[in-house]
Amino acid sequence: MEELLDILKELHPDVDFEHCTTLIDDKILDSIDIVSLVAEINDAFDVAVPAEEIVPENFNSAQALWEMIQRLDEA
Amino acid sequence: MSFASAQFLCFFAVLFVLYYLIPRRHQWKLLLAGSLFFYFFAGWYCLIYIGVTAVTTWLAAQKVGRLQQEQDAWLKAHRDQMDKEQRKAYKAAGKKVRWRWTLACLLLNFGILAVVKYTDFVLGNVNGVLAAAGSAARLPMADLVLPMGVSFYTFQSMGYLIDVYWGKYPPERSLGKFALFVTFFPQLIQGPISRFSDLSRSLYAEHRWDSRQIAMGGMRVVWGFAKKLIVADRLAIPLRELVSAPEQYTGIYVLAVMFLYAVQLYADFTGGIDITIGVSQMLGVQVTENFERPFFSKNIAEYWRRWHITMGTWFRDYVFYPLSVSKGVLKLHQKARAKLGEPGKRVSVYLCTMLLWFVTGVWHGASWNFIVWGLLNGVVILVSQECEPLYAKFHGRFPGLKGSFGYRLFEVGRTFVLMSSIRVLDVYRDVPLTFKQVGTIFTSFRPSVLWNGSFLELGITGADWMVAFFGTLAMLACSLLGRKEPMREQLVRRNPNLAWGGCAALVVCMVIFGIYGIGFDATQFIYNQF
Repeated sequence: MEELLDILKELHPDVDFEHCTTLIDDKILDSIDIVSLVAEINDAFDVAVPAEEIVPENFNSAQALWEMIQRLDEA
Repeated sequence: MSFASAQFLCFFAVLFVLYYLIPRRHQWKLLLAGSLFFYFFAGWYCLIYIGVTAVTTWLAAQKVGRLQQEQDAWLKAHRDQMDKEQRKAYKAAGKKVRWRWTLACLLLNFGILAVVKYTDFVLGNVNGVLAAAGSAARLPMADLVLPMGVSFYTFQSMGYLIDVYWGKYPPERSLGKFALFVTFFPQLIQGPISRFSDLSRSLYAEHRWDSRQIAMGGMRVVWGFAKKLIVADRLAIPLRELVSAPEQYTGIYVLAVMFLYAVQLYADFTGGIDITIGVSQMLGVQVTENFERPFFSKNIAEYWRRWHITMGTWFRDYVFYPLSVSKGVLKLHQKARAKLGEPGKRVSVYLCTMLLWFVTGVWHGASWNFIVWGLLNGVVILVSQECEPLYAKFHGRFPGLKGSFGYRLFEVGRTFVLMSSIRVLDVYRDVPLTFKQVGTIFTSFRPSVLWNGSFLELGITGADWMVAFFGTLAMLACSLLGRKEPMREQLVRRNPNLAWGGCAALVVCMVIFGIYGIGFDATQFIYNQF
């Protein structure tokens, strides 16, 4: 989780990723941020995020992202 | 059959009455029959094209859904006998089979779209190359007729199929119901490009007479017609004149083309979508909004999130994301990062962004104008992205500026000017001419034409210019006042009589100031050609 937070903070240093749960709903992350994030997740966790997983529910918070990474790793 | 025609009004009046008279369980069937009838008016051959898309997509989705079901059932039964890697391998193999069926259908339908829309463009370019090489040989043009709304219904159907492939929802079992999703008549002319998950529930539901919804829908239809007939079609007249003789209309005229076209396109496209959504609302069907006050955007990226929203999200979800997370692009990301360090992280993202805008340009039309238009949008978005640190530095030095009204106004104005400048590629016949014309703004501005009466010789009178001006002001005011809740809803809630009075006044304005009647062709909405 810490590594994921580091990746997120690198994208937007000014955002409180620990607590924010509306990253997509409030348009904090845009589509370019999302694909950058997916590439970083692929590098850092060796997890491929398929396009169908790129939905607001999976990207609205760091916790949701972390749960998606774990689920994809398990699948 | 255009929205702005007596035929359409008669067609809709009959359909509307029957819709609420027949047993409710048959309403969706009437909508299907009405949609096919509406489409038949565009030419019987068009029914073949849309029929092929509907049937092949339905068949492919059935197959993909069944394969998914079988795979899930097998996996459930054998889960305990498999380890994690075996499960992954089984799922991957199943996905591959489903993808083959999906791909076959995508290739067929996008192939049809490509052939009918781009054959002459390709042939024209081949002829251009032959001419440049000194050959006298020329390929004859195919002159294929473009079926009405082919881009819109193809994209909508393919989006549905990809969603089924991704397992977002099971396929629709009824071919008739699915055919209605593809052919639903209010959307056929210029979208929006709906998602099955958004549209299907209200499209297939049984609807009781709901006076409020019907009144709201009706008011929206009137507002849409007013935008189209009073503003868009009025401005179309001087624009046609200005574009038809580019060598005569240079300098400040080109600036006028930019801004007039921006207003015309807005009035035309949002007016058409208002009619689409209003007509659907009168039938109890909820269609996705396609605009969110786009000209109040702070930058181009935001503008594209608020203009033709359903097209933008379609390209994002079905082109940009799949491309960006594909194995090849992720490999490129790793390589670029290893070679270039931090800046390398952006290479693959920027490449995909440019590809996305190239495809968006191609979708808009079979010409180099639209390709350059798309690429310019991509370049502006990426340059803005790269300038982010500079903006941050600037705002760090002037902290009070960012939230101020003046700066917000500057941002909105900048977006409008930038978008209008890029959009001008829509209007002139080719790219070199467009750049030449824009160049004359700086070389032969000639502001005197503004007050020497030249603008009164462009096919409309001074009174027409005033009507267009006040019409544009009315659209602006409605946008501003309808930030949180549409104007008609506010009016009906506060004073229904005033709302109905306003609606009646708008109809009177349309009768007096609308551009229509014998000899005038209001048949085409601009986005119909895309």
